[in-house]
Amino acid sequence: MKRLLIARLGSPNLIAFLIMALGLAAAPVFIDNNYIITVLTIIALFTMLTIGLSLLMGYAGQISLGQATFFGIGAYSMAIFSTRLGLSPWLSLLAGMILAGGVAYLLGMLIFRLHGHYLAMATLGMNIILYLILTQQVDWTGGPSGFRGVPDLSIGGMTLSTDTHYYYLIWFFALITIALSLNIVNSRVGRAMRALHSSEIAAETLGIDTGRFKLQVFALSAAYSALAGGLYASFLGFISPSSFTINASIKIVLMAVVGGLSSIWGATFGAAAILVIEQWLRTAIKSLVPGASGEQEIIAFGLILMLIMIFMPEGLVTGAGKALRARIARRKPERAQPAGG
Amino acid sequence: MLEIKNVSTSYGHVEALRGVSMAAHPGEIVSLIGANGAGKTTLLNTISGMTPARSGQILLNGVEITRLSPEKIVNLGVCQVPERRQVFATLSVRDNLTLGAYTRMRGRGEPPIKDRKTLHLDIETIYAMFPILKQREKQLAGTLSGGEQQMLAIGRSLMGRPKVLLLDEPSLGLAPLIVRDIFEIINCLREIDTIILLVEQNARAALRVADRGYVLETGRIVMAGPAADLAADPAIQQAYLGKQGR
Ligand SMILES: Nc1ncnc2c1ncn2[C@@H]1O[C@H](COP(=O)(O)OP(=O)(O)O)[C@@H](O)[C@H]1O
Ligand SMILES: [Mg+2]
Repeated sequence: MKRLLIARLGSPNLIAFLIMALGLAAAPVFIDNNYIITVLTIIALFTMLTIGLSLLMGYAGQISLGQATFFGIGAYSMAIFSTRLGLSPWLSLLAGMILAGGVAYLLGMLIFRLHGHYLAMATLGMNIILYLILTQQVDWTGGPSGFRGVPDLSIGGMTLSTDTHYYYLIWFFALITIALSLNIVNSRVGRAMRALHSSEIAAETLGIDTGRFKLQVFALSAAYSALAGGLYASFLGFISPSSFTINASIKIVLMAVVGGLSSIWGATFGAAAILVIEQWLRTAIKSLVPGASGEQEIIAFGLILMLIMIFMPEGLVTGAGKALRARIARRKPERAQPAGG
Repeated sequence: MLEIKNVSTSYGHVEALRGVSMAAHPGEIVSLIGANGAGKTTLLNTISGMTPARSGQILLNGVEITRLSPEKIVNLGVCQVPERRQVFATLSVRDNLTLGAYTRMRGRGEPPIKDRKTLHLDIETIYAMFPILKQREKQLAGTLSGGEQQMLAIGRSLMGRPKVLLLDEPSLGLAPLIVRDIFEIINCLREIDTIILLVEQNARAALRVADRGYVLETGRIVMAGPAADLAADPAIQQAYLGKQGR
Protein backbone atom coordinates (compact mmCIF):
# COMPACT_ATOMS: atom_id res chain seq x y z
CA MET A 1 0.00 0.00 0.00
CA LYS A 2 2.74 2.40 1.00
CA ARG A 3 4.66 1.50 -2.11
CA LEU A 4 1.59 2.04 -4.24
CA LEU A 5 1.05 5.46 -2.73
CA ILE A 6 4.53 6.85 -2.95
CA ALA A 7 6.31 4.77 -5.56
CA ARG A 8 5.68 7.04 -8.52
CA LEU A 9 5.30 10.39 -6.84
CA GLY A 10 8.79 11.52 -7.79
CA SER A 11 10.85 13.64 -5.44
CA PRO A 12 9.37 17.16 -5.99
CA ASN A 13 5.87 15.82 -5.50
CA LEU A 14 6.95 13.74 -2.54
CA ILE A 15 8.57 16.72 -0.82
CA ALA A 16 5.57 18.94 -1.49
CA PHE A 17 3.32 16.19 -0.19
CA LEU A 18 5.31 15.75 3.04
CA ILE A 19 5.44 19.49 3.69
CA MET A 20 1.71 19.75 3.17
CA ALA A 21 1.03 16.77 5.45
CA LEU A 22 3.28 18.12 8.21
CA GLY A 23 1.82 21.61 7.93
CA LEU A 24 -1.71 20.27 8.18
CA ALA A 25 -0.81 18.03 11.10
CA ALA A 26 0.70 20.94 12.99
CA ALA A 27 -1.95 23.52 12.13
CA PRO A 28 -4.46 22.76 14.94
CA VAL A 29 -1.69 23.24 17.50
CA PHE A 30 -1.33 26.85 16.45
CA ILE A 31 -4.89 27.60 15.40
CA ASP A 32 -7.14 27.81 18.42
CA ASN A 33 -10.20 28.74 16.44
CA ASN A 34 -12.99 26.30 15.62
CA TYR A 35 -14.24 28.36 12.72
CA ILE A 36 -10.92 28.20 10.91
CA ILE A 37 -10.56 24.49 11.63
CA THR A 38 -14.02 23.94 10.15
CA VAL A 39 -13.20 25.98 7.04
CA LEU A 40 -9.98 23.97 6.58
CA THR A 41 -11.99 20.75 6.92
CA ILE A 42 -14.45 21.90 4.26
CA ILE A 43 -11.49 22.71 2.01
CA ALA A 44 -10.32 19.10 2.45
CA LEU A 45 -13.76 17.81 1.42
CA PHE A 46 -13.87 20.01 -1.65
CA THR A 47 -10.30 19.01 -2.48
CA MET A 48 -11.51 15.43 -2.86
CA LEU A 49 -14.48 16.51 -4.95
CA THR A 50 -12.32 18.73 -7.13
CA ILE A 51 -9.56 16.18 -7.69
CA GLY A 52 -12.11 13.71 -9.02
CA LEU A 53 -13.39 16.27 -11.49
CA SER A 54 -9.87 17.46 -12.42
CA LEU A 55 -8.97 13.90 -13.36
CA LEU A 56 -12.12 13.64 -15.43
CA MET A 57 -11.82 17.02 -17.15
CA GLY A 58 -8.07 17.42 -17.38
CA TYR A 59 -7.11 13.86 -18.14
CA ALA A 60 -10.11 12.15 -19.66
CA GLY A 61 -11.35 15.32 -21.37
CA GLN A 62 -14.90 14.89 -20.15
CA ILE A 63 -16.92 17.39 -18.19
CA SER A 64 -19.38 16.46 -15.48
CA LEU A 65 -21.91 19.04 -14.35
CA GLY A 66 -23.24 16.70 -11.71
CA GLN A 67 -20.44 15.84 -9.31
CA ALA A 68 -22.67 16.95 -6.41
CA THR A 69 -24.85 13.93 -7.25
CA PHE A 70 -22.12 11.57 -6.07
CA PHE A 71 -21.36 13.85 -3.13
CA GLY A 72 -25.05 13.51 -2.22
CA ILE A 73 -25.12 9.75 -2.79
CA GLY A 74 -22.17 9.43 -0.40
CA ALA A 75 -23.74 11.66 2.22
CA TYR A 76 -27.18 10.05 2.11
CA SER A 77 -25.72 6.55 1.98
CA MET A 78 -23.85 7.34 5.17
CA ALA A 79 -27.04 8.67 6.75
CA ILE A 80 -29.48 6.02 5.57
CA PHE A 81 -27.33 2.88 5.68
CA SER A 82 -26.01 3.60 9.16
CA THR A 83 -29.35 4.51 10.72
CA ARG A 84 -32.12 2.75 8.78
CA LEU A 85 -30.21 -0.34 7.67
CA GLY A 86 -28.00 -0.76 10.70
CA LEU A 87 -24.67 -0.85 8.89
CA SER A 88 -21.63 0.46 10.73
CA PRO A 89 -20.67 4.03 9.73
CA TRP A 90 -17.44 2.82 8.07
CA LEU A 91 -19.32 0.24 6.02
CA SER A 92 -21.90 2.88 5.13
CA LEU A 93 -19.08 5.10 3.87
CA LEU A 94 -17.76 2.27 1.73
CA ALA A 95 -21.25 1.39 0.50
CA GLY A 96 -21.76 4.98 -0.60
CA MET A 97 -18.53 4.93 -2.57
CA ILE A 98 -19.46 1.66 -4.27
CA LEU A 99 -22.96 2.89 -5.01
CA ALA A 100 -21.71 6.17 -6.49
CA GLY A 101 -19.00 4.39 -8.49
CA GLY A 102 -21.62 1.94 -9.77
CA VAL A 103 -24.03 4.68 -10.82
CA ALA A 104 -21.20 6.46 -12.64
CA TYR A 105 -20.13 3.23 -14.32
CA LEU A 106 -23.63 2.46 -15.60
CA LEU A 107 -24.22 5.99 -16.79
CA GLY A 108 -20.80 6.04 -18.42
CA MET A 109 -21.46 2.77 -20.24
CA LEU A 110 -24.48 4.37 -21.87
CA ILE A 111 -22.75 7.62 -22.71
CA PHE A 112 -19.12 6.99 -23.59
CA ARG A 113 -20.01 5.24 -26.82
CA LEU A 114 -21.04 8.65 -28.05
CA HIS A 115 -18.44 11.28 -28.77
CA GLY A 116 -18.75 14.87 -27.65
CA HIS A 117 -20.09 16.49 -24.54
CA TYR A 118 -23.03 14.23 -23.85
CA LEU A 119 -21.72 13.52 -20.38
CA ALA A 120 -22.22 17.17 -19.40
CA MET A 121 -25.92 16.96 -20.30
CA ALA A 122 -26.45 13.54 -18.76
CA THR A 123 -24.79 14.46 -15.48
CA LEU A 124 -26.83 17.64 -15.31
CA GLY A 125 -29.97 15.54 -15.65
CA MET A 126 -28.68 13.06 -13.10
CA ASN A 127 -28.18 15.86 -10.58
CA ILE A 128 -31.76 17.03 -11.06
CA ILE A 129 -33.05 13.49 -10.60
CA LEU A 130 -31.10 13.12 -7.36
CA TYR A 131 -32.53 16.38 -6.09
CA LEU A 132 -36.06 15.20 -6.85
CA ILE A 133 -35.46 11.90 -5.07
CA LEU A 134 -33.95 13.61 -2.03
CA THR A 135 -36.85 16.04 -1.71
CA GLN A 136 -39.65 13.58 -2.59
CA GLN A 137 -38.70 10.39 -0.74
CA VAL A 138 -39.36 11.97 2.62
CA ASP A 139 -39.58 8.66 4.52
CA TRP A 140 -36.04 7.75 3.61
CA THR A 141 -34.29 11.06 3.16
CA GLY A 142 -36.15 13.42 5.45
CA GLY A 143 -37.21 15.47 2.42
CA PRO A 144 -36.41 19.15 1.94
CA SER A 145 -35.90 19.75 5.65
CA GLY A 146 -33.02 17.32 5.72
CA PHE A 147 -31.74 14.33 7.65
CA ARG A 148 -30.78 14.68 11.27
CA GLY A 149 -28.68 12.43 13.46
CA VAL A 150 -26.05 11.02 11.12
CA PRO A 151 -23.82 8.99 13.45
CA ASP A 152 -20.20 9.84 14.15
CA LEU A 153 -17.38 7.69 12.86
CA SER A 154 -15.13 6.01 15.38
CA ILE A 155 -11.59 4.68 15.26
CA GLY A 156 -10.54 1.83 17.53
CA GLY A 157 -13.31 2.44 20.05
CA MET A 158 -12.81 6.21 20.07
CA THR A 159 -15.78 8.10 18.70
CA LEU A 160 -14.79 11.16 16.68
CA SER A 161 -16.73 14.01 18.15
CA THR A 162 -14.80 17.28 17.97
CA ASP A 163 -14.13 19.47 14.95
CA THR A 164 -10.41 18.79 15.35
CA HIS A 165 -10.99 15.03 15.21
CA TYR A 166 -12.80 15.44 11.91
CA TYR A 167 -10.19 17.88 10.69
CA TYR A 168 -7.55 15.16 11.05
CA LEU A 169 -9.73 12.37 9.69
CA ILE A 170 -10.91 14.26 6.62
CA TRP A 171 -7.48 15.67 5.76
CA PHE A 172 -6.09 12.17 6.16
CA PHE A 173 -8.47 10.96 3.45
CA ALA A 174 -7.86 14.06 1.33
CA LEU A 175 -4.11 13.40 1.42
CA ILE A 176 -4.66 9.78 0.44
CA THR A 177 -6.79 10.99 -2.44
CA ILE A 178 -4.03 13.39 -3.50
CA ALA A 179 -1.31 10.72 -3.26
CA LEU A 180 -3.37 8.15 -5.13
CA SER A 181 -4.23 10.62 -7.87
CA LEU A 182 -0.63 11.82 -8.29
CA ASN A 183 0.34 8.21 -8.57
CA ILE A 184 -2.28 7.46 -11.22
CA VAL A 185 -1.39 10.56 -13.21
CA ASN A 186 2.30 9.65 -13.25
CA SER A 187 1.73 6.04 -14.24
CA ARG A 188 1.23 4.35 -17.59
CA VAL A 189 -2.49 4.82 -17.09
CA GLY A 190 -1.99 8.55 -16.56
CA ARG A 191 0.05 8.83 -19.72
CA ALA A 192 -2.69 7.03 -21.62
CA MET A 193 -5.27 9.37 -20.11
CA ARG A 194 -3.35 12.47 -21.16
CA ALA A 195 -2.97 10.93 -24.61
CA LEU A 196 -6.66 10.35 -25.03
CA HIS A 197 -7.35 13.92 -24.00
CA SER A 198 -4.79 15.14 -26.53
CA SER A 199 -6.01 13.08 -29.49
CA GLU A 200 -8.69 10.50 -29.06
CA ILE A 201 -8.27 9.28 -32.65
CA ALA A 202 -4.54 8.67 -32.21
CA ALA A 203 -5.10 7.04 -28.83
CA GLU A 204 -7.51 4.61 -30.45
CA THR A 205 -5.12 3.81 -33.28
CA LEU A 206 -2.57 2.78 -30.62
CA GLY A 207 -4.97 0.35 -29.02
CA ILE A 208 -5.89 2.48 -26.02
CA ASP A 209 -9.44 1.60 -25.07
CA THR A 210 -10.53 5.20 -24.65
CA GLY A 211 -14.07 4.35 -23.62
CA ARG A 212 -12.94 2.11 -20.79
CA PHE A 213 -10.51 4.74 -19.48
CA LYS A 214 -13.15 7.44 -19.41
CA LEU A 215 -15.46 5.04 -17.64
CA GLN A 216 -12.89 4.18 -14.98
CA VAL A 217 -11.93 7.79 -14.35
CA PHE A 218 -15.58 8.76 -14.11
CA ALA A 219 -16.28 5.96 -11.62
CA LEU A 220 -13.18 6.93 -9.62
CA SER A 221 -14.26 10.57 -9.52
CA ALA A 222 -17.67 9.43 -8.30
CA ALA A 223 -16.11 7.30 -5.55
CA TYR A 224 -13.93 10.23 -4.41
CA SER A 225 -17.02 12.43 -4.29
CA ALA A 226 -18.99 9.87 -2.30
CA LEU A 227 -16.10 9.53 0.13
CA ALA A 228 -16.25 13.28 0.66
CA GLY A 229 -20.03 13.06 1.00
CA GLY A 230 -19.98 10.34 3.65
CA LEU A 231 -17.34 12.15 5.69
CA TYR A 232 -19.24 15.40 5.34
CA ALA A 233 -22.45 13.79 6.64
CA SER A 234 -20.71 12.38 9.70
CA PHE A 235 -18.84 15.61 10.31
CA LEU A 236 -21.96 17.81 10.31
CA GLY A 237 -24.38 15.18 11.64
CA PHE A 238 -27.05 16.86 9.53
CA ILE A 239 -27.53 16.96 5.76
CA SER A 240 -30.13 18.47 3.46
CA PRO A 241 -30.75 18.34 -0.31
CA SER A 242 -29.66 21.96 -0.78
CA SER A 243 -26.01 20.94 -0.38
CA PHE A 244 -26.24 18.64 -3.41
CA THR A 245 -27.81 20.82 -6.07
CA ILE A 246 -26.52 21.83 -9.48
CA ASN A 247 -25.19 24.98 -7.82
CA ALA A 248 -22.84 22.79 -5.79
CA SER A 249 -21.83 20.91 -8.95
CA ILE A 250 -21.02 24.16 -10.72
CA LYS A 251 -19.01 25.29 -7.73
CA ILE A 252 -16.92 22.12 -8.08
CA VAL A 253 -16.42 22.80 -11.80
CA LEU A 254 -15.26 26.28 -10.89
CA MET A 255 -12.81 24.93 -8.31
CA ALA A 256 -11.36 22.53 -10.85
CA VAL A 257 -11.05 25.29 -13.44
CA VAL A 258 -9.46 27.75 -11.03
CA GLY A 259 -7.11 25.03 -9.83
CA GLY A 260 -5.97 24.13 -13.32
CA LEU A 261 -7.62 21.22 -15.01
CA SER A 262 -4.75 18.83 -15.04
CA SER A 263 -3.21 19.77 -11.75
CA ILE A 264 -3.75 17.62 -8.69
CA TRP A 265 -2.18 20.24 -6.44
CA GLY A 266 -4.27 22.94 -8.06
CA ALA A 267 -7.42 21.21 -6.80
CA THR A 268 -6.68 22.16 -3.20
CA PHE A 269 -5.89 25.70 -4.24
CA GLY A 270 -9.05 25.95 -6.34
CA ALA A 271 -11.21 24.60 -3.52
CA ALA A 272 -9.70 27.00 -1.00
CA ALA A 273 -9.90 30.02 -3.33
CA ILE A 274 -13.54 29.49 -4.26
CA LEU A 275 -14.64 28.81 -0.66
CA VAL A 276 -12.97 32.01 0.53
CA ILE A 277 -14.39 34.05 -2.36
CA GLU A 278 -17.80 32.55 -1.65
CA GLN A 279 -17.73 33.64 1.98
CA TRP A 280 -16.65 37.10 0.95
CA LEU A 281 -19.27 37.39 -1.83
CA ARG A 282 -22.09 36.38 0.50
CA THR A 283 -21.47 39.33 2.77
CA ALA A 284 -20.49 41.69 -0.04
CA ILE A 285 -23.59 41.00 -2.12
CA LYS A 286 -25.86 41.38 0.90
CA SER A 287 -24.45 44.78 1.71
CA LEU A 288 -24.52 45.89 -1.94
CA VAL A 289 -28.01 44.59 -2.78
CA PRO A 290 -30.11 44.76 0.39
CA GLY A 291 -32.83 42.37 -0.80
CA ALA A 292 -30.40 39.68 -2.04
CA SER A 293 -30.93 36.20 -0.68
CA GLY A 294 -27.22 35.46 -0.33
CA GLU A 295 -27.39 32.79 -3.03
CA GLN A 296 -26.59 35.25 -5.78
CA GLU A 297 -22.90 34.43 -5.59
CA ILE A 298 -23.62 31.84 -8.26
CA ILE A 299 -23.99 34.71 -10.73
CA ALA A 300 -20.58 36.05 -9.79
CA PHE A 301 -19.19 32.52 -10.07
CA GLY A 302 -20.66 32.24 -13.55
CA LEU A 303 -18.83 35.40 -14.54
CA ILE A 304 -15.54 34.19 -13.07
CA LEU A 305 -15.92 30.90 -14.89
CA MET A 306 -16.54 32.64 -18.21
CA LEU A 307 -13.55 34.93 -17.80
CA ILE A 308 -11.18 32.09 -16.93
CA MET A 309 -12.43 29.95 -19.80
CA ILE A 310 -11.88 32.82 -22.24
CA PHE A 311 -8.48 33.96 -21.02
CA MET A 312 -6.98 30.87 -19.41
CA PRO A 313 -8.72 27.79 -20.76
CA GLU A 314 -6.24 25.48 -19.02
CA GLY A 315 -7.29 26.82 -15.66
CA LEU A 316 -5.98 29.59 -13.50
CA VAL A 317 -3.04 27.84 -11.84
CA THR A 318 -1.74 26.13 -15.00
CA GLY A 319 -2.40 29.23 -17.10
CA ALA A 320 -0.77 31.63 -14.64
CA GLY A 321 2.21 29.28 -14.29
CA LYS A 322 2.67 29.26 -18.06
CA ALA A 323 2.37 33.02 -18.33
CA LEU A 324 4.95 33.42 -15.59
CA ARG A 325 7.38 31.02 -17.22
CA ALA A 326 6.95 32.76 -20.59
CA ARG A 327 7.72 36.05 -18.90
CA ILE A 328 10.86 34.71 -17.25
CA ALA A 329 11.97 33.21 -20.55
CA ARG A 330 11.47 36.58 -22.23
CA ARG A 331 13.48 38.37 -19.58
CA LYS A 332 16.43 35.98 -19.62
CA PRO A 333 18.07 37.15 -22.87
CA GLU A 334 17.94 40.77 -21.61
CA ARG A 335 19.81 39.78 -18.53
CA ALA A 336 22.25 37.66 -20.50
CA GLN A 337 23.26 40.56 -22.73
CA PRO A 338 25.32 42.66 -20.31
CA ALA A 339 27.00 39.53 -19.03
CA GLY A 340 27.94 38.44 -22.54
CA GLY A 341 29.10 41.86 -23.77
CA MET B 1 -0.61 -10.93 -46.14
CA LEU B 2 -3.48 -8.46 -45.86
CA GLU B 3 -6.58 -9.31 -47.88
CA ILE B 4 -9.61 -7.12 -48.24
CA LYS B 5 -12.55 -8.89 -49.82
CA ASN B 6 -15.58 -7.07 -51.11
CA VAL B 7 -15.73 -4.69 -48.15
CA SER B 8 -18.50 -2.13 -47.84
CA THR B 9 -18.70 0.51 -45.12
CA SER B 10 -21.31 3.14 -44.53
CA TYR B 11 -21.97 6.09 -42.26
CA GLY B 12 -25.67 5.80 -41.58
CA HIS B 13 -27.20 5.71 -45.05
CA VAL B 14 -24.13 7.14 -46.78
CA GLU B 15 -22.15 4.35 -48.38
CA ALA B 16 -18.45 5.32 -48.25
CA LEU B 17 -16.95 2.01 -49.48
CA ARG B 18 -18.72 -0.16 -52.06
CA GLY B 19 -17.28 -3.62 -52.42
CA VAL B 20 -13.58 -2.83 -52.13
CA SER B 21 -11.16 -5.70 -52.71
CA MET B 22 -7.40 -5.50 -52.53
CA ALA B 23 -4.34 -7.28 -51.16
CA ALA B 24 -0.87 -6.40 -49.89
CA HIS B 25 2.24 -8.40 -48.96
CA PRO B 26 5.08 -7.90 -46.46
CA GLY B 27 7.96 -5.80 -47.75
CA GLU B 28 5.69 -4.23 -50.33
CA ILE B 29 4.42 -0.67 -50.46
CA VAL B 30 0.90 -0.43 -51.81
CA SER B 31 -0.47 3.01 -52.59
CA LEU B 32 -4.12 3.87 -52.59
CA ILE B 33 -4.77 7.09 -54.43
CA GLY B 34 -7.97 9.01 -54.76
CA ALA B 35 -9.48 12.46 -54.54
CA ASN B 36 -10.70 14.12 -51.39
CA GLY B 37 -13.79 12.27 -50.14
CA ALA B 38 -13.12 9.13 -52.19
CA GLY B 39 -13.16 6.96 -49.05
CA LYS B 40 -9.43 6.51 -48.39
CA THR B 41 -9.56 7.30 -44.68
CA THR B 42 -12.69 5.21 -44.35
CA LEU B 43 -10.85 2.21 -45.81
CA LEU B 44 -7.98 2.57 -43.32
CA ASN B 45 -10.42 3.04 -40.44
CA THR B 46 -12.29 -0.04 -41.57
CA ILE B 47 -9.08 -2.09 -41.56
CA SER B 48 -8.13 -0.80 -38.10
CA GLY B 49 -11.61 -1.48 -36.77
CA MET B 50 -12.46 2.12 -35.91
CA THR B 51 -15.24 2.23 -38.51
CA PRO B 52 -16.30 -1.43 -38.81
CA ALA B 53 -17.25 -2.84 -42.20
CA ARG B 54 -20.93 -3.39 -42.93
CA SER B 55 -20.14 -6.37 -45.14
CA GLY B 56 -17.17 -8.19 -46.62
CA GLN B 57 -14.06 -9.67 -45.05
CA ILE B 58 -10.64 -8.48 -43.94
CA LEU B 59 -7.99 -11.14 -43.38
CA LEU B 60 -4.53 -10.77 -41.89
CA ASN B 61 -2.36 -13.79 -42.68
CA GLY B 62 -5.50 -15.79 -43.21
CA VAL B 63 -7.12 -14.78 -39.92
CA GLU B 64 -10.32 -12.80 -40.13
CA ILE B 65 -10.12 -9.45 -38.32
CA THR B 66 -13.23 -7.86 -39.78
CA ARG B 67 -15.29 -7.57 -36.66
CA LEU B 68 -12.63 -7.32 -33.96
CA SER B 69 -12.37 -4.25 -31.71
CA PRO B 70 -9.70 -1.64 -32.57
CA GLU B 71 -7.69 -2.77 -29.51
CA LYS B 72 -7.62 -6.39 -30.66
CA ILE B 73 -6.64 -5.35 -34.16
CA VAL B 74 -3.77 -3.25 -32.79
CA ASN B 75 -2.70 -6.24 -30.70
CA LEU B 76 -2.43 -8.22 -33.93
CA GLY B 77 0.05 -5.66 -35.25
CA VAL B 78 -2.04 -3.30 -37.36
CA CYS B 79 -0.77 0.23 -36.70
CA GLN B 80 -2.32 3.31 -38.19
CA VAL B 81 -0.68 6.70 -38.65
CA PRO B 82 -3.78 8.85 -38.63
CA GLU B 83 -4.61 11.65 -41.01
CA ARG B 84 -3.16 15.03 -39.93
CA ARG B 85 -0.61 13.19 -37.78
CA GLN B 86 -2.50 13.55 -34.49
CA VAL B 87 0.57 13.59 -32.29
CA PHE B 88 -0.17 14.02 -28.60
CA ALA B 89 0.59 17.74 -28.58
CA THR B 90 0.67 18.16 -24.82
CA LEU B 91 2.99 15.21 -24.22
CA SER B 92 6.73 15.03 -24.73
CA VAL B 93 8.23 13.43 -27.83
CA ARG B 94 9.46 10.54 -25.69
CA ASP B 95 6.05 10.01 -24.10
CA ASN B 96 4.52 9.96 -27.58
CA LEU B 97 6.89 7.18 -28.58
CA THR B 98 6.29 5.28 -25.35
CA LEU B 99 2.56 5.35 -26.03
CA GLY B 100 3.21 3.79 -29.41
CA ALA B 101 4.19 0.64 -27.53
CA TYR B 102 1.09 0.81 -25.33
CA THR B 103 -0.29 -2.62 -26.10
CA ARG B 104 3.14 -4.23 -26.07
CA MET B 105 3.71 -2.84 -22.58
CA ARG B 106 0.53 -4.50 -21.45
CA GLY B 107 1.91 -7.86 -22.48
CA ARG B 108 -0.17 -8.01 -25.63
CA GLY B 109 1.09 -7.39 -29.12
CA GLU B 110 4.41 -8.74 -30.28
CA PRO B 111 6.99 -8.81 -28.87
CA PRO B 112 5.84 -7.71 -25.41
CA ILE B 113 7.87 -5.11 -23.51
CA LYS B 114 8.59 -6.37 -20.02
CA ASP B 115 11.09 -3.86 -18.68
CA ARG B 116 12.32 -0.31 -19.04
CA LYS B 117 15.44 -1.42 -20.83
CA THR B 118 13.60 -3.02 -23.76
CA LEU B 119 11.47 0.08 -24.06
CA HIS B 120 14.55 2.27 -23.98
CA LEU B 121 16.24 0.22 -26.70
CA ASP B 122 13.16 0.38 -28.90
CA ILE B 123 12.98 4.15 -28.49
CA GLU B 124 16.70 4.40 -29.35
CA THR B 125 15.99 2.44 -32.55
CA ILE B 126 13.43 5.06 -33.52
CA TYR B 127 15.90 7.83 -32.64
CA ALA B 128 18.46 6.18 -34.90
CA MET B 129 15.96 6.43 -37.76
CA PHE B 130 14.92 9.98 -36.88
CA PRO B 131 17.85 11.69 -35.13
CA ILE B 132 15.93 14.97 -34.96
CA LEU B 133 13.45 13.32 -32.58
CA LYS B 134 16.24 12.53 -30.15
CA GLN B 135 17.23 16.19 -30.10
CA ARG B 136 13.61 17.09 -29.39
CA GLU B 137 13.08 14.23 -26.93
CA LYS B 138 11.87 16.34 -23.99
CA GLN B 139 9.96 18.91 -26.03
CA LEU B 140 6.19 18.83 -26.19
CA ALA B 141 5.12 17.27 -29.48
CA GLY B 142 2.92 20.27 -30.24
CA THR B 143 6.01 22.46 -30.55
CA LEU B 144 7.51 20.39 -33.39
CA SER B 145 7.36 21.47 -37.04
CA GLY B 146 4.92 19.70 -39.36
CA GLY B 147 7.59 17.45 -40.81
CA GLU B 148 8.95 16.54 -37.39
CA GLN B 149 5.43 15.76 -36.21
CA GLN B 150 4.97 13.43 -39.16
CA MET B 151 8.23 11.67 -38.31
CA LEU B 152 7.03 11.39 -34.73
CA ALA B 153 3.69 9.96 -35.84
CA ILE B 154 5.48 7.38 -37.99
CA GLY B 155 8.00 6.62 -35.23
CA ARG B 156 5.18 6.24 -32.72
CA SER B 157 3.41 3.68 -34.87
CA LEU B 158 6.68 1.79 -35.48
CA MET B 159 6.95 1.40 -31.68
CA GLY B 160 4.04 -1.02 -32.03
CA ARG B 161 6.22 -3.26 -34.28
CA PRO B 162 3.58 -3.25 -37.01
CA LYS B 163 2.89 -6.18 -39.26
CA VAL B 164 0.68 -3.80 -41.19
CA LEU B 165 1.41 -0.09 -41.34
CA LEU B 166 -1.43 2.14 -42.47
CA LEU B 167 -0.28 5.63 -43.50
CA ASP B 168 -3.02 8.18 -44.01
CA GLU B 169 -1.85 11.09 -46.20
CA PRO B 170 1.54 11.57 -44.59
CA SER B 171 2.36 14.43 -46.99
CA LEU B 172 -0.75 16.45 -46.16
CA GLY B 173 0.04 20.08 -45.45
CA LEU B 174 3.82 19.72 -45.63
CA ALA B 175 6.23 21.85 -47.67
CA PRO B 176 7.47 20.15 -50.88
CA LEU B 177 11.01 19.64 -49.56
CA ILE B 178 9.71 18.01 -46.40
CA VAL B 179 7.35 15.85 -48.46
CA ARG B 180 10.40 14.50 -50.26
CA ASP B 181 12.04 13.60 -46.93
CA ILE B 182 8.91 11.85 -45.71
CA PHE B 183 8.63 9.73 -48.85
CA GLU B 184 12.31 8.93 -48.55
CA ILE B 185 11.59 7.62 -45.05
CA ILE B 186 8.62 5.60 -46.29
CA ASN B 187 10.84 4.08 -48.95
CA CYS B 188 13.28 2.99 -46.23
CA LEU B 189 10.47 1.36 -44.25
CA ARG B 190 10.40 -1.32 -46.94
CA GLU B 191 13.36 -2.88 -45.14
CA ILE B 192 11.45 -3.71 -41.97
CA ASP B 193 9.44 -6.23 -43.99
CA THR B 194 6.05 -4.86 -43.11
CA ILE B 195 2.90 -4.56 -45.16
CA ILE B 196 2.67 -0.86 -45.96
CA LEU B 197 -0.55 0.63 -47.16
CA LEU B 198 -0.03 4.24 -48.16
CA VAL B 199 -3.03 6.45 -48.76
CA GLU B 200 -2.40 9.67 -50.66
CA GLN B 201 -3.94 12.49 -52.62
CA ASN B 202 -0.41 13.27 -53.76
CA ALA B 203 -0.58 10.59 -56.46
CA ARG B 204 2.71 11.45 -58.13
CA ALA B 205 4.83 10.89 -55.04
CA ALA B 206 2.75 7.95 -53.85
CA LEU B 207 3.08 6.06 -57.12
CA ARG B 208 6.79 6.79 -57.30
CA VAL B 209 7.48 5.14 -53.94
CA ALA B 210 4.99 2.28 -54.27
CA ASP B 211 5.30 -1.14 -55.85
CA ARG B 212 1.64 -1.40 -56.69
CA GLY B 213 -1.28 0.95 -56.61
CA TYR B 214 -5.05 1.10 -56.45
CA VAL B 215 -7.25 3.98 -57.48
CA LEU B 216 -10.32 4.70 -55.38
CA GLU B 217 -13.23 6.77 -56.71
CA THR B 218 -16.36 7.40 -54.65
CA GLY B 219 -15.87 4.23 -52.64
CA ARG B 220 -14.99 1.94 -55.55
CA ILE B 221 -11.66 0.61 -56.77
CA VAL B 222 -11.60 1.73 -60.40
CA MET B 223 -8.07 0.71 -61.34
CA ALA B 224 -5.25 -1.43 -60.01
CA GLY B 225 -1.80 -2.48 -61.11
CA PRO B 226 1.95 -1.97 -60.79
CA ALA B 227 2.66 1.58 -59.67
CA ALA B 228 4.73 2.37 -62.77
CA ASP B 229 1.90 1.26 -65.07
CA LEU B 230 -0.60 3.41 -63.19
CA ALA B 231 1.71 6.41 -63.33
CA ALA B 232 2.00 5.93 -67.10
CA ASP B 233 -1.74 5.50 -67.65
CA PRO B 234 -3.19 8.44 -69.62
CA ALA B 235 -6.47 8.43 -67.68
CA ILE B 236 -4.61 8.64 -64.39
CA GLN B 237 -2.24 11.26 -65.69
CA GLN B 238 -5.24 13.29 -66.73
CA ALA B 239 -7.14 12.89 -63.46
CA TYR B 240 -4.45 12.70 -60.79
CA LEU B 241 -1.09 13.73 -62.15
CA GLY B 242 -2.13 16.75 -64.22
CA LYS B 243 -0.78 20.01 -62.93
CA GLN B 244 -1.11 18.83 -59.37
CA GLY B 245 2.09 19.81 -57.65
CA ARG B 246 1.32 19.07 -54.04
N1 LIG C 1 -17.88 10.37 -39.74
C1 LIG C 1 -18.51 10.47 -40.93
N2 LIG C 1 -19.86 10.55 -40.98
C2 LIG C 1 -20.50 10.64 -42.16
N3 LIG C 1 -19.90 10.64 -43.35
C3 LIG C 1 -18.56 10.54 -43.37
C4 LIG C 1 -17.80 10.45 -42.16
N4 LIG C 1 -16.49 10.37 -42.48
C5 LIG C 1 -16.44 10.41 -43.83
N5 LIG C 1 -17.68 10.52 -44.37
C6 LIG C 1 -18.01 10.55 -45.81
O1 LIG C 1 -17.47 9.39 -46.40
C7 LIG C 1 -16.88 9.69 -47.64
C8 LIG C 1 -15.42 9.27 -47.63
O2 LIG C 1 -14.69 10.05 -46.70
P1 LIG C 1 -13.16 9.80 -46.36
O3 LIG C 1 -12.97 8.34 -46.16
O4 LIG C 1 -12.79 10.69 -45.26
O5 LIG C 1 -12.48 10.26 -47.70
P2 LIG C 1 -10.95 10.57 -48.01
O6 LIG C 1 -10.13 10.11 -46.85
O7 LIG C 1 -10.67 9.83 -49.26
O8 LIG C 1 -10.86 12.05 -48.23
C9 LIG C 1 -17.06 11.19 -47.85
O9 LIG C 1 -18.18 11.37 -48.67
C10 LIG C 1 -17.32 11.71 -46.49
O10 LIG C 1 -18.17 12.83 -46.54
MG1 LIG D 1 -8.88 11.16 -45.69
